Order: sequence, then C-alpha cells, then structure tokens
Amino acid sequence: MSIDPATLKRLQTILPPNCLVTDPRAKKPFETDGLTAVKQMPGVVVLPETVEQVRAILRVCREQRVPVVTRGAGTGLSGGARPQADGVLLGLSKLSRILEIDPDNRIARVEPGVRNLAISDAVAQYGLYYAPDPSSQIACSIGGNVAENSGGVHCLKYGLTVHNVLGLTVQTLEGDELVLGGATLDSPGYDLLALMNGSEGMLGVVTEVTVRLLPVPATKRLVLVAFASLEAAANAVGRIIASGIVPAGLEMMDARAIAAAEAFVGAGYPTDAAAILLCELDGTHDEVDDQCGQVQRLMKSLRATDVRVSSSDAERDRMWLGRKAAFPAVGRLAPDYYCMDGTIPRARLGEVLRAIEKLSGEFELAVANVFHAGDGNLHPLILYDANAPGQLDRAEKMGGRILDLCVAVGGTITGEHGVGVEKLDSMCGQFSAAELEQFHRLKAAFDPAGLMNPGKAIPTLARCAEIGGMHVHRGVVAFPELERF
Amino acid sequence: MARDRDDSERVIAAVGEALAADAPLAICGRGSKAFLAGDSGGAMLAIGDHSGVIDYRHDELVMTARAGTPLVELRRLLSAQQQTMAFDPPTFAGDGSLGGAVAAGLSGPGRPWYGALRDAVLGVTIVNGLGERLRFGGSVMKNVAGYDVSRLMVGALGTLGVLLDVSVKVLPLPRAEATCVFELDREAALARVVEWARTPLPLSATCHVDGRLRVRLSGTEKGIRAAAAQIGGEQLPHAAKFWDSLRDQTHRYFDGARPLRVALPSASAFPDVPGEWLTEWGGAQRWLKTEVPAAEVDAAARRLGGRATAFGGRSNGYQPLDEGALKYYRRLKHAFDPHAILNRGRLFAEIGREERARTA
Repeated sequence: MSIDPATLKRLQTILPPNCLVTDPRAKKPFETDGLTAVKQMPGVVVLPETVEQVRAILRVCREQRVPVVTRGAGTGLSGGARPQADGVLLGLSKLSRILEIDPDNRIARVEPGVRNLAISDAVAQYGLYYAPDPSSQIACSIGGNVAENSGGVHCLKYGLTVHNVLGLTVQTLEGDELVLGGATLDSPGYDLLALMNGSEGMLGVVTEVTVRLLPVPATKRLVLVAFASLEAAANAVGRIIASGIVPAGLEMMDARAIAAAEAFVGAGYPTDAAAILLCELDGTHDEVDDQCGQVQRLMKSLRATDVRVSSSDAERDRMWLGRKAAFPAVGRLAPDYYCMDGTIPRARLGEVLRAIEKLSGEFELAVANVFHAGDGNLHPLILYDANAPGQLDRAEKMGGRILDLCVAVGGTITGEHGVGVEKLDSMCGQFSAAELEQFHRLKAAFDPAGLMNPGKAIPTLARCAEIGGMHVHRGVVAFPELERF
Repeated sequence: MARDRDDSERVIAAVGEALAADAPLAICGRGSKAFLAGDSGGAMLAIGDHSGVIDYRHDELVMTARAGTPLVELRRLLSAQQQTMAFDPPTFAGDGSLGGAVAAGLSGPGRPWYGALRDAVLGVTIVNGLGERLRFGGSVMKNVAGYDVSRLMVGALGTLGVLLDVSVKVLPLPRAEATCVFELDREAALARVVEWARTPLPLSATCHVDGRLRVRLSGTEKGIRAAAAQIGGEQLPHAAKFWDSLRDQTHRYFDGARPLRVALPSASAFPDVPGEWLTEWGGAQRWLKTEVPAAEVDAAARRLGGRATAFGGRSNGYQPLDEGALKYYRRLKHAFDPHAILNRGRLFAEIGREERARTA
C-alpha cells in the first residue's frame, strides 16, 4: 500500500518540493517515533511551513478521504505518531517560530514545532521559564507536548502541560479553525482547551500554542536521601507530602537504577542503598531554608541511612545528573529496555514495587525502577534482549501485567506517555464498553470521518472483546489479593 | 458531617425515565448558583442528597466525594488535616455543593497562582444523557488514558452529564500568610502587581478596590516575613475574612446590581468604560459596575484581548458565544446527551433547542 496518486498530485500542487517527502530513504526517519519497536513507512510525508499549508493539506485529506497522522519531534513513547502506509504523515517541525514573548503578561505565543526547552531559553532573559520539563525536553516540541499532555519531573508542584497552556489554535479536519483560550483565564463554554491536551492528535491539529511562563525561583536545593529498604523510601514519600510540603520534584530510584547510574556518570550516589529519594525544594531563600530543615529532620526521624543537601547550584546539578542519566544508564545493562508509565496512589507504592519484583521473577526479566514518586508515576524499565527469541514478547506481556496491576490498585495505565498504539489493549482493562463508546462519540464530534490518527488512543470494542481474556480470565480478576477502590 | 448516602441508583433511574418520557431534567445541587445559570426548565433532579466523602487520604493529596456534598463541610474536613481545596470555589450565601462547583467551574482569589478548579479535577463519575454511569480520569495526579472528559465537565453547567462524584487534588494549607495593604489608584496598583508577579515572590492573591490594593503572601513563616518586608505596606488584620468576602461576593462592592466580569490579559490597560472597578487575579479578572450595556463593554474588552460577560443577574446573562466553536459545542452535547435531556437550553440556549429539533 502507498499513497494514492491523485492525493499525491494534489499535495504537489499546494506544497513546494522541499515540503514533500516521497523518496523511501528520506521517509525512513519518519517510520517510527520514540517507541522504536513499532515501525511503519508512511505513504507520504508533508512538512508544511505555514498554517495555510496545514489547512490545505487537511482539505486534501478530507476530500480524498486519506488518513492523516500528525507528528511533532517524534520523541513520543507510545507510538502515537506511527504513520499509515496509505496515509499522510503531517510533520510540524518547520512551524518552529516563537511568535511573541510578553513578559508583563507572562506568556509566550509559539508555533507547535518549537522545542520545549527553546521556550525557556528564549524567555530566560526576563527571569521567566516554561515549567513542564519532560525528559526529552531538549528535543520534544510543544505541539507534541500538548498532544500527549506531557509531564516531567516537576509536575507535582507545577502541573502537566494542560496546566501550563493558556491558549491553542486548532485546525479541524473539517476546515474549521478553533481559537481556544488565549491570554485571559477561564473563558465561558465547554473547556475544549483542556480537551485538546492529551488528545493524541485525534481531534485536530494544533498550529499555535500560548504558554504560561513562571518566574524562575530564587533558589533551588536538592535533598538526597538514602534508605535501606524500598518500603522505607516509599513511606517517606507519603510522609513528606503529609507534612505539608509540596516539593518541586520528588524522584525515587531503586538499587539497580542507582548502580547503573553510578557506573555511568558517577554522581556520587550511595550504592549500598536499597533506594534513594531526590527531593527538590524551590522558592525564595527563606522558604527553601525552612523547608530544607523540615525535610532533613523528617528524613532522619524515618531512619534514612544518608541525608545530603546540595550547597551550590553546581552540586545540585551534579546530584541530579544520576537521575537524569538513569534511562541511558539502565540501557547499558541490557540490549533493550521497555519503559512503562503506570500511575498509582502513592500509598500503594511499597506493595506495587513488591508485586513488580515478583513479576520480574515470574517472567525472568530484570527490572530497574526510576520514577516520579511524588505523583505516583512509575517508570519500571523491563530489561530484555530483542535478539533473544521470545524476550520481546515476554517483556510486553510483563508490561501488560504491570499496567493491570496499576489499574487494580486504583491507578492508571499511563501517567504521561499516552496510549498511542502501545497501550490500546490495556485501555480495555481500564474502561468499560460504555466509556469507550463515549470516547468514540467524542472523537466523532471533531472528526466524523475518522481520518485523524485512526486506530490510536481508544481501542475498538471488537479489539477489547478479542483480548478480553487478558483481563478477566475465566471470571478471575487479575491480582485478587489487592484491595480495589 | 454531611449524610453519607449513595443516591446514584435513583439518579440513574431518573435519567432513564426522563429519557423514556422525553422529558428534560434540571439538575440541582444546593441551588446556591441558580442565579448564574439561567432557567433550563424541566423537572428538577435534586442531587443534594447524594453526598458524603468516598475517599480522602491527606498523604495522597486527593479527595473523592459525592457531588451533593456541601463545600463548607469539605472545607472543614480538609482544614482539620491542614489541607485545602486551593482553587477555593465560591460559596455564595455560604452554600454550594462540590458538584455545583465543578459544573459552574468557578475559582477563588488564588486562581492565578494555585490554578483553577478545572486544574484540580482528576476524575469524575457521571451519568450521561443515555442514563449510563461512566467513570473518567481517576484519583491519581497524572493520567493521560483517554480524552480528558473530567475537565470537560468543568463549567459545562451539567449539560453533558449528571455528576455523581468528583476526585480533586487538594493542597497543604500554607503555614503562614500575610496580607499587605497599599493606598494606590487602580492603574498604579495594577502596575505594581504586574511587576511583582514577574518576580519569584510567594504571591497568592491580589485585589484592588476602593483605592486600596491588598496583596496576599502565602508560604513558610520565615519566607512570608521576608517577602512582606520586601514589598512593604500595612499588614491587614483578619485578612482571611476579606478574601472570603471577595470569593463569596459578600464584600460591599458586590452590593446591589451584579457587576460584569471582565477577563483581560493581566497587564492590560483598563477598557475605556465609565464605572466602578474591582481588580483581582493579578489583573486577569476585573469586575465592573456600569450603566454601559454588556455588549459595549465586551467590545471594548475584546479590543484589549479580553472578554466581558454578565455574571448572572441581568436577563439570561450576556455570554457571547464563540461562533467557530459553536458547531463543536453542539456536537459534543449530542455525543453525551443526544436527546437533550440534561439541563436543556442551559449554557448556550441554542444547543438544547437545535439538538432537539434535529433528533425529533
């Protein structure tokens, strides 16, 4: 299958040659996103330079009834940008201008292809920054962040993308331009702005984003705390929150992740610890002073084996280094790893980590845990070797079991990476048929023809029926030993 | 405490019966915001008895409660654990339910710094217009599975579903607060606030009215002492009373005819309209008492990148509709409530009537 000639011809008339990619070698980089196990050569790649071109492309797709998949920087981790063999891959990387910086209103208006970090870089001269910082922030684009409602290390205090986007311009497949929100707060009417965040390119194409900027905190300090057991570390997370402190970031790493990070970058982490917490506190000097003292006292009372506080920006950056390099560091332990993204209520951290350990034994695959403990967002990394027969399959099955576990304790299958194609099956376990049908009707309100990113994010009922046995096997619910609510 | 009572079966049955009889329902929580929403006709579906806290753990920062639970009781429960709904929903006439707060989508004086009510909503259970009980979102901070239907319910005035329960993020109460007062005219006050908002001060609310600017600082004791010393001004005693009166519109500025709500970019100049202003949210929300018609104020606000809307009171309210979005509003209404059973004609009058004509 490939793109039909009539569609290609029409695209050639509306786009200059440098905006159209048809050569298979040139199309190759677009066959996958950050979920590299999923590959599909696109029918054609279009790289518009103007919003007018985006609108013209959508018109062609609508009239030719050709599917269109929108792509940002291609760093997504759930296959949300997997192309269609007979479709158009709409890359927005050339729409990369910062249109306006308004320091008095603390906003920036940018095109969707602007890189996340480029926004903070551009506004640093005003003492401002853009808060959400997914780990791919050096490469990922703001349009992609909106599509996935991306998070990062600082969500607990500063929120996800949806909390930091004030306005969007969205093009629908039917040719309408929706201007949602803007420089003001809380417009009357349905909150389509919130709805677009995390909609995975299923409802429209974002062509402009107004982001909220925050003053750079006067001080940031990092407290590193080591524990002799995972449970003790998990318990400490809840105690920090309960004590009335909302840390800017609260991360956890287990022994395998600590060892890998140490071997990779030598951040000075205690390698004899079963787990470490990294607790970042920010604010004015006096506030951070107060909170640092409070956290240190609390951690000592919870029998931490080691408590260190950064005394300079350089030391703080060094202490963060091991966490920031954790994924590539774990990547050195095995040829491949599979990154999960479930979120659970914090109180269940200890038992869920134990259950993951058990699954690791059952599937004979090692797991390293690096995650956003403060908001309960787990990133178990399942280590495997794609060249060893059966290992990828085992890793995927084990991943599915971990997500079932997250749902069983009252959590969710994805905290920040999205469903894409990767977690379609797990969606069947989290939502009822009526809920999935409601999602499909919502999608149809924006895209009745079903041409935008077809087959992603929400599984069909037929698919769920087929795999039904995965979740309720002969009437037996997964993880019957766990209390449900 | 509120009665702990699960009335959801009755609510689901009521929607089913209304659907079968093609008789619309007007959803009512505690009725404290009836003045805002306009008339929707139909038989009253009371959810005030569907109340009680389903789950609250202070170390999770999440609370799940039934929609009819009174806000004042939730406030009491949370403050006993030194926590708060930081979006601080108005309790007009001292009342209001959690479901009503979500349906109206209103937030208090701290909104620019703590986030809006919609920011804190993590999950909902609803009954849609087909009488189906549906759960979206969850009780965890981060959740991107499926479309964000939970936040779509915020401000939808019950037109997309009857809320059964809601999970919201709560926050620790600040350990210390101070409110500093400055004698300034409204332009000078705005300039001051805009300048401070660009710096990392622990601001949590601002309000200018009657020639006085009040600035609230929230944080740790040492942090607030230092910040208050830095910005200066007189300290306001019993400041919580003032901020509550602003939130609940019991401050004397709100006596008499209800002012227009003018949403503007926070640093924007004031629209050139005669009247009496109250400025809050760092400049992003301003209230105007004026004789000038709402449509004219709106036109002036739009020239500055803002909007003016009536906040109840005037006949049916002035809620100018965004033409581009209307088509999608209608379709969303249809996707959730195809027979326009729920709060028919509310929010945007056109939706209920036209959907009904189409599906009849």
